[in-house]
Amino acid sequence: MANTLDHKQNFLKGIIKENPVFVMLLGMCPTLGVTSSAFNGLGMGVATLFVLLMSNIVVSLIKTQVPNKVRIPAFIIIIASFVTIVEMVLEAFIPFLYEQLGIFIPLIVVNCLILGRAESFASKNNLLASIVDALGMGVGFVIALTALGAAREILGNGSIFEFKFVSEDASTFILFILPPGAFIALAYLAVVFNKMTQKTA
Amino acid sequence: MKKKESTLINMVLVLFVITLAAGLSLGYVNDLTLEPKAKARLAKKVNALKTVLPQFNNAPVSEVVKVKIEQAKDSIELYPALQDSVFVGAAVTGASERGYSGLVKVMVGFEPDGTIKNIAVLEQKETPGLGTKMKSEKFVKQFRGKNPASFNLKVKKEGGEVDALAGATISTRAFGEATQQAYDAYMNNKEILVKPNN
Repeated sequence: MANTLDHKQNFLKGIIKENPVFVMLLGMCPTLGVTSSAFNGLGMGVATLFVLLMSNIVVSLIKTQVPNKVRIPAFIIIIASFVTIVEMVLEAFIPFLYEQLGIFIPLIVVNCLILGRAESFASKNNLLASIVDALGMGVGFVIALTALGAAREILGNGSIFEFKFVSEDASTFILFILPPGAFIALAYLAVVFNKMTQKTA
Repeated sequence: MKKKESTLINMVLVLFVITLAAGLSLGYVNDLTLEPKAKARLAKKVNALKTVLPQFNNAPVSEVVKVKIEQAKDSIELYPALQDSVFVGAAVTGASERGYSGLVKVMVGFEPDGTIKNIAVLEQKETPGLGTKMKSEKFVKQFRGKNPASFNLKVKKEGGEVDALAGATISTRAFGEATQQAYDAYMNNKEILVKPNN
């Protein structure tokens, strides 16, 4: 059985060694689509973290009951249900964030990070390990999206978490707010992240 | 992990149970959030009304007049504002589908003669940092106190008088169109609003 050291490694691998965004390059659609500001990145990250955690829990609980041939449809139904719940709760209680994220909330369903963890981890491991795995991967995703959003917001809008540190009229690198800027910022962040973790690994 | 045998019966059964559980939990959450969702939408509307209307002491939300026009998908909503039963203006919604990413919906507050009091953006999906600046004070300022009868709501590039947002001419154009739609609806339906209903 797994001991505490394994759990710690299991948790940290999602953040560093197998960071879903910077290392595995999973879930690129929301990563590139919503990270035009740090707050959007954070909101999207937390929504994804919640869905990932819940789906890992349920998949790990029912794994022995699901026939092998229908496991993917079963996982997708579970994930889609949690995504719809997140969407309804956001619309009811955080309408501001709901408007900002828009179409990208329903698209969490097709985030390959979530199905990937259900298929490759939760369906093969026990409940506790699956929770730890979901938390690690989810936190890694949150950090990556917030970092990317912050980088783009600072360069493109001269602000961080809506706090403006240049004057209203100052010209900023608008490119970084626009879609191409997402690719450029992601590439540089991935390079820096991999350089840094190579040394410590 | 021991893989479970896939027979027709257990595949159908398992998927049936999962979809049933999913359906039930979704229905339950939908019920729970129905009221807060409606409340959030209403709160947003009331806030917008307060920012665009002059001082009023009636309840515009319950006295709303809805008008269907050909160009718009949703009906236009007109909210009359009365101060001590005297008509002081109205808030009118207007929309344009021609934003950079689709729908731009605004609420425009008019004084009785059609002069713009203030404009609030209700819905937009424009580019963050560019088109979203249509909400900024600096941009909205140029519309205040202008009467669309003499103030052309097109952008300067197209012969109008609106200073376009830098890098977001399309968003600005949609904003102007939506405002124009609200103005037209207001002028066409003013009689219904002014007429005291009690």
